Amino acid sequence: MDWLPIFFVSVMGFALLMYTILDGYDLGIGMLLPLATDSEKDVMIATIGPFWDANETWIVLGIGVLLMAFPMAHGLVLTSLYMPVAVMLIALTLRGVAFEFRVKTKTEFKATWTWLFFIGSITASMAQGWMLGSYVMGLRDTPLSLVFSIAISLMLPCLYIMHGVAWLLVKTDGDLYCKAAKWGRLCIVPLGLGLFLISIATPIASTEIANKWFSLPEAIGLLPIPITVAIAYLVALWVLRSPKILAADYGWIVFVALIVICVMCTLGLGYSIFPDVVIGKLTIWEAAASRDSLKFAFVGTVIAVPCIFIYTVFIYRVFAGKIKILSYES
Amino acid sequence: MDFDPLILSRIQFALNISFHILFPTITIGLCWLLLFFRIRFTQTRDIEWEYAYYFWVKIFALTFALGVVSGITMSFQFGTNWPGFMEKAGNIAGPMLGYEVLTAFFLEASFLSIMLFGKNRVSNKVHLLSTLVVTVGTSMSAFWILSLNSWMQTPDGYTLIDGVIHIENWMEIIFNPSFPYRFAHMLTASLLTASFLVAGVSAWRARKKVDGPATWKVIRTGVFLAAILAPVQILIGDFHGLNSLEHQPAKVAAIEGVWHTQRGAPLTLFGIPDEQQQTTHYAIKIPKLASLILTHELEGEIQGLSDFEGEHPPVTPVFWAFRIMVVVGLLMLLVAWFCSYKIFKYKTLKDFSLRILSWMTFSGWVAVLAGWYVTEIGRQPWVVTGILRTSDVVADHSGGTVLTTLVAYSILYTGLLVSYVLTLRYMSTKKARSLMAMQERQKIDQFNGAG
Repeated sequence: MDWLPIFFVSVMGFALLMYTILDGYDLGIGMLLPLATDSEKDVMIATIGPFWDANETWIVLGIGVLLMAFPMAHGLVLTSLYMPVAVMLIALTLRGVAFEFRVKTKTEFKATWTWLFFIGSITASMAQGWMLGSYVMGLRDTPLSLVFSIAISLMLPCLYIMHGVAWLLVKTDGDLYCKAAKWGRLCIVPLGLGLFLISIATPIASTEIANKWFSLPEAIGLLPIPITVAIAYLVALWVLRSPKILAADYGWIVFVALIVICVMCTLGLGYSIFPDVVIGKLTIWEAAASRDSLKFAFVGTVIAVPCIFIYTVFIYRVFAGKIKILSYES
Repeated sequence: MDFDPLILSRIQFALNISFHILFPTITIGLCWLLLFFRIRFTQTRDIEWEYAYYFWVKIFALTFALGVVSGITMSFQFGTNWPGFMEKAGNIAGPMLGYEVLTAFFLEASFLSIMLFGKNRVSNKVHLLSTLVVTVGTSMSAFWILSLNSWMQTPDGYTLIDGVIHIENWMEIIFNPSFPYRFAHMLTASLLTASFLVAGVSAWRARKKVDGPATWKVIRTGVFLAAILAPVQILIGDFHGLNSLEHQPAKVAAIEGVWHTQRGAPLTLFGIPDEQQQTTHYAIKIPKLASLILTHELEGEIQGLSDFEGEHPPVTPVFWAFRIMVVVGLLMLLVAWFCSYKIFKYKTLKDFSLRILSWMTFSGWVAVLAGWYVTEIGRQPWVVTGILRTSDVVADHSGGTVLTTLVAYSILYTGLLVSYVLTLRYMSTKKARSLMAMQERQKIDQFNGAG
């Protein structure tokens, strides 16, 4: 059995996990904007200033690996998801440029671009949820698949908003920090409900996934995944509801808890899908590029991905700490 | 009404890639200029160079963002509209696009933040290094993308197994016959575009009297660089043309409007190509010149379009795009030399020259787009020359679906392009920091003088 496709599907999973965590928080910030005052908006956007370009690049890497290692799947997946992909791309475009335009254009247009930043963020998040939903349903066109996609397209923005909240708890202090905690308390209950419902709905909606999860002895081995998610969720809930811990500036625990949830969900999703790349339609070996192509791609990936990881950490260290207003010159 | 999804998908791809290429064209070249400003600042400690750096790095960031978001769209387009391309040529296209992300895209996106926000957080050395990394990153991006594009134009180093393209030799694939020429041509085009952009915007600032000493440093940099590169570009273009004649004679025949194979072919300056009647109406021709340019012999033979029945590109767009590119290129040469001469002679530029320079601000865009239309439409009906037809790789969406997204993209891109130009204009009307600093110093001098 050729192990290269397994390697690449892991890299793809890793890239998409990084994307949900990293671009997740800046999409979340975008969606939180209408709740903030004008000066808070500036601060919130300043917290993501040095990072958003690189955050967004993780989805390009994810799609790049799909393109590089599984060209067959690239076509199949993206052709089936034509409309949500187009909506997501337009939304991501709007949001990416709104970010730049709002600080560079005439003052009277600033509010419009901020508004477009919000619209772009929420639309992109919902479109991604939609894509994830129909992907998990094996890209089928059934009413059940439709309902499931709608559910995920509501859930994912919720998760991203939580990421945004957690990011603000890491990067800000004072009033905005307290406000972020308040938004977090509002958002975490529907998020928990959503996670719970989707965990139940997924095996009901997809028999393939149900078979994988509810057969012994696998079910016992898999238990740590839902348990860890539940613990992480409760920790986040506890921190958000405890004024003392928040006041001692331990808000970053929420961010860590969310990362744990994302990692576990990715592992769970990976387990549900593997060894297919499109559930029930295409395995990773069927979709893989030729061995020569994979070998060539392997060399670059093994060298580049750790480098990317290292300099990402470097950039985060350079811009570490609570936000002071960032401007270009100072 | 029924719409042909192939035509619509092609228009959509053309729209996306035309919009996209505007921004990398600027950033690839502009980044080298920024690196130059930064190096000059590090060498001379002349604050004006740093003012120039920070004025242009903001425009760089805006341009870069537009390039990133439209680039993301590109990476999805292959799958959404051209799945056949990925199925047949994925073994080659996949890794090359992947390498672009791995070795270039991430570098640029990560280190850009230090260029923008890092001044008080890192040393000047790290700052300079970050600028270098982004500069190399943008050019690396160009390397991979142009390598893949060139391979699609002049494929090499592959074998066909059951209609699927497989790897024979990566070196032959990456360094395929047209790649060195196309890469050099595009890098030079980017530098020229950026030169005219910085010179044009700065000239406009000078005319609006919001300029400072830094603005004039930028004008001189832009004008001199353009004066050197414009003739170099014409030379590279000539080599590129010879390479196309060898590997893609049908494209060259369309460019020159040569309908039938002939010796001592004349150069058609202008005319109206008519594909039905296989002739060029109202042609203005210079005898033997096409043969001389392309074969470097007066009686050299040039293959005509009739030799490539059903396998040559549409003549009219290729013919016209080529002439637009050449005319704009010559205009750039003329303006750059004229302004350089004026600067050498008078140390400054008068209103007339400044006006011309600001008209030429986006001349690079026109030439680059026209050039890409020549080479991309010129490759048709193939998506990979001689192996894969464009019509065989398109996704079978309904015409209505593609039309919907096409309309949405058109609206979006029109809006963004207008916003970009207006914002650039607005940013350029702000008083230069070097001007403010100078006025500040004058005030202090006056005060000291009075006191």
